[in-house]
Amino acid sequence: MSTESLINCEHVSCTYGNAAVLDDVYMQVNRGEFVGVVGPSGSGKTTLLKAILGTHPVAHGSITMQPKLTLGYVPQVETVDWYFPVTVEEVIVMTRSKGTWWPRITQAERKAVRDVLDRLGIGEVANRHIRELSGGQQQRVFLARAMFRNPDILIMDEPTSGVDVRTRHEVLHLLADLHADGLTILLTTHDLNGLAAHLPRLVCLNKRVIADGNPREVLTPSVLEATYGAPMEVLEHGGMPLVVDHGRVQMRGEGK
Amino acid sequence: MILAFDLFEPYGFQFFQHGIIVATIAGALCGLLGVFVVLRGMSYIGHGLSHAVFGGAAASAVIGINFFIGAGIWGIISGVLIARVARRRVLGADAAIGVVTTASFALGLALMNRYGQASKSIEAVLFGSVLGVKVADIVAVSLVAVFALAVIVVWYRKLLFSTFDPDVAQVSGVNVSVVEVVLLSLLSLTILVTMRVIGTLLISALLVIPAAAARMTTNSFSKLLWISPLIGAVTCFVGMNLSYHLDTSASATIILLDALVFIVVYTVAGTRNRMKMASLGHV
Repeated sequence: MSTESLINCEHVSCTYGNAAVLDDVYMQVNRGEFVGVVGPSGSGKTTLLKAILGTHPVAHGSITMQPKLTLGYVPQVETVDWYFPVTVEEVIVMTRSKGTWWPRITQAERKAVRDVLDRLGIGEVANRHIRELSGGQQQRVFLARAMFRNPDILIMDEPTSGVDVRTRHEVLHLLADLHADGLTILLTTHDLNGLAAHLPRLVCLNKRVIADGNPREVLTPSVLEATYGAPMEVLEHGGMPLVVDHGRVQMRGEGK
Repeated sequence: MILAFDLFEPYGFQFFQHGIIVATIAGALCGLLGVFVVLRGMSYIGHGLSHAVFGGAAASAVIGINFFIGAGIWGIISGVLIARVARRRVLGADAAIGVVTTASFALGLALMNRYGQASKSIEAVLFGSVLGVKVADIVAVSLVAVFALAVIVVWYRKLLFSTFDPDVAQVSGVNVSVVEVVLLSLLSLTILVTMRVIGTLLISALLVIPAAAARMTTNSFSKLLWISPLIGAVTCFVGMNLSYHLDTSASATIILLDALVFIVVYTVAGTRNRMKMASLGHV
């Protein structure tokens, strides 16, 4: 694998007001890597992405990127206004806002949209309103929008948040295919077993980087307890680590 | 019963000719910008900016400078201030609008009470009047309409992207802050050139109702951009004629007509959706 660094975070600290959200974070993403950032709510995962994207200021440290790096960003689908009056085609083409004043979609753009949708297996939805799509199709549309920019790196915030098991499988397989085609991917996730355990590299984050490595190295009870602040057991299932949460609650009447 | 001859009677008066031209262009202009107001959830901002422009109108009258220049600059500054204060998430846009615009409105009232021929001028600015519309108003509203249309055509994708998904638009190279300031400036200019006919109290309705009604007729952003101005222009044109024959306030008649259009579209759209759901239930 290439070690050409695309994104380099050195001693990065970010704050919201006086509260530190990231503290002395060091992380490097190389070309061709598929990196997942995991951690509990409030651990700074989304803030780290925003700092990389340049939408959240870095208080200390630095984030350096390869010159002329094109970022493809896929936000959490839960933040999307599904009632907004746009078709799939319009959503994808809007990323070509810079350098054009022609409002209408050209034939060349229409073909490019169709190509990217076909590549993601949803070529038939181009003219549909975004609310008429299934969960998996909705996720793919926003992935298509990011891919439409021909990005050097795809950055995704919680791509499997709020989706069902089938959609999660679809997204995971799709991302694996894109990675196999050479795309660099950086994502955040809460989903340790459904998504994180399948990735080649994981970064455990809780304001600072707790661990960085492949899932076998990172998904250990000690690292997980340091990251989540709660005891967790790690089993092996089908050759992969399986995280078991010990936060079991005794229900009223149970065990009688 | 109104005879055909009576229908054309108001067109014999120059004030009505001027008034109906300004009102119709204003309706189209408000309908066009109203699309962004409604989709961005900024309905209250039109209300707020119209109050802020009132402060500027009063100040320019007192200082003795041109109404359009004084109130225009005041409105644009108010819009930029609202955008800046709203960005501090601890307050939010509604509080920002409340602070900036009510203070401006209060200043306008105080200035007119102290220095102006208060009651008559205030009433004209608050509720609008077709009597005072001049050729300069027609020129002003036409220029702003052409400028707004040009900005929307040239910046169509930027406006759409920053309205739909401002975070990703920013990451994709759209300067969302500049787009926001331009949009608020256009809104301020629109309010400025239409307030003499519609009045500051009712102008926000013209920014919201046609776009809200149009939104229920289509799921296409590009179609919204012509349906909403069409509703705005037609209701203003018909409302002006009705107001003459019914001897009612032009602005009130226009807004009531807009509200009627909204109720009809809301009812028809609701019935259509229920029929669609019922047909799906039989499958």
